[in-house]
Amino acid sequence: MAVNIGLKLFKRELTPKDIVKKSREDRFLAREIINGIFTDFVELHGDRLSGDDTSVIGGIARLNDQPVTVIAIDKGVDIHDKLSKRNGSPEPWGYRKAQRLMQQANKFHRPIVTFINTPGAFPGKTAEAQGQGEAIAQSILLSMKLTVPMIAIIYGEAGSGGALALATSDQVWMFQNSTYSILSPEGFASILWKDSKRSDEAAALMGLTPKDLLEKQVIDYIIPESRNHPRVFSLIRKRLDNEFKQLNSLTPEELMKQRRARFRAF
Amino acid sequence: MDLYNNDKSTSKIKRAESVNERIPDGLFLACPYCGTQMYNKQLGAYRVCANCGYGFRLQARERIELLTESFDELDADVTMTHPDFPGYADKLQRAKDQTNLGESVLTGVATIKEQRVALGIMDSYFMMGSLGSMTGEKITRLFEHATSNRLPVVLFTASGGARMQEGMNSLMQMAKVSAAVAEHQEAGLLYLVVLTDPTTGGVTASFAMQADITLGEPHALVGFAGARVIESTIHEKLPKDFQRVETLLKNGFVDDIVPRPELAEKIATLVKFHQVTEE
Repeated sequence: MAVNIGLKLFKRELTPKDIVKKSREDRFLAREIINGIFTDFVELHGDRLSGDDTSVIGGIARLNDQPVTVIAIDKGVDIHDKLSKRNGSPEPWGYRKAQRLMQQANKFHRPIVTFINTPGAFPGKTAEAQGQGEAIAQSILLSMKLTVPMIAIIYGEAGSGGALALATSDQVWMFQNSTYSILSPEGFASILWKDSKRSDEAAALMGLTPKDLLEKQVIDYIIPESRNHPRVFSLIRKRLDNEFKQLNSLTPEELMKQRRARFRAF
Repeated sequence: MDLYNNDKSTSKIKRAESVNERIPDGLFLACPYCGTQMYNKQLGAYRVCANCGYGFRLQARERIELLTESFDELDADVTMTHPDFPGYADKLQRAKDQTNLGESVLTGVATIKEQRVALGIMDSYFMMGSLGSMTGEKITRLFEHATSNRLPVVLFTASGGARMQEGMNSLMQMAKVSAAVAEHQEAGLLYLVVLTDPTTGGVTASFAMQADITLGEPHALVGFAGARVIESTIHEKLPKDFQRVETLLKNGFVDDIVPRPELAEKIATLVKFHQVTEE
């Protein structure tokens, strides 16, 4: 069902290089998005195992009248905040917090919305020792077993497995100026050509723009952006409401089957 | 002065050219883990370092010989048909020629010490075992076959991670295989992983870390991020065995480390514990 509130996509087409640049600017902040779309947000902390990763914000909120579980990767606001959140690179206990909240949502039959903006999972010493790979692997596996609807929204960068961990959902949407890729263009160029300076060239080749990914059916919808943030949030709210109504009309088994089939197609 | 002007740059003693032909390549090897130099034949059939027990990297078909009594290959013809990325087609062809495989994983139904299992073996000689869309396809089909035939899955992982040349399609394989793992799990069937050298990146962040039981070969490198990436992010040198399977065991991410010659027996024992009684 189309929701149109007068926002238009692509007034002028940006090159992949420009979109990469824009996706890394703080155009939208995690808390601004959460408070803009939902009401009564209550934040919940910790993974009950090893700590609380503040780069992953999680909690319960209302989408119009319906309770939903919200999980968002946050890059932080000022420099100290950004440093402590490693510019939005979650630690394993961030993903495990997300898993805990997903399981909670499943128990109480609440739909899940995730917001993603990360260069990737944090490549740190503690992260590795605490099983970064295992944390992502289990997030993906758990997402495949959920019987509640789940929609992932990419609002900045979405790099690699660290983004996929929260994007194995029924639908994936992207903001108009966001990217989703296997690796950063810098990393891609460095692996393939041993030269990270060729990142612009890599960006053009990687097919990481919303338009490319919609064509490949990696994502389902592009969210038009506007300087008028409340308009963007209102569009997302209406669309989420619509899509959750449709997804809720499926039985849990149908829903799970459909989600698995979505990824089986690749 | 003649004494000093005598040009001796062309030696009168000629080396017999035939020497090079008589000494074959690879006669002496250094263990990639402990550095011990050894005579090729010292490695034995299992190709294990006599000093530290490290298992040298094997091709998938070599491992089949060492591990199984019988092997019926599945999906042998599954291969990437449209390698569009610049230079990808050549790389792929070279990998195929070298390994005698269509993709970076070999799958089939095998007998290991009389136990029937669905067996997958990733091959690090095939584009570093990278996770291409057809690698994901073959592993997904292996799980689907195992689920509908009620077989346990035994998977040997070896991978440098995602296949850059395939971009997002490679990333999506992590989710695709995970969905097949979920269905196999829900059917109450055993999934056993053996981590071999090296298992990293997207494979570690998906099906390598989703098994019921996770074994590892001695000193295998297992991790998510590359050591160089970590070092340049945190600006410190990592300890020597940081991403080795022994450290993962200590940190609680591996059930046991099994020397290569004992693997078949161990796998068979574990599979027997989970035998599904036919109704």
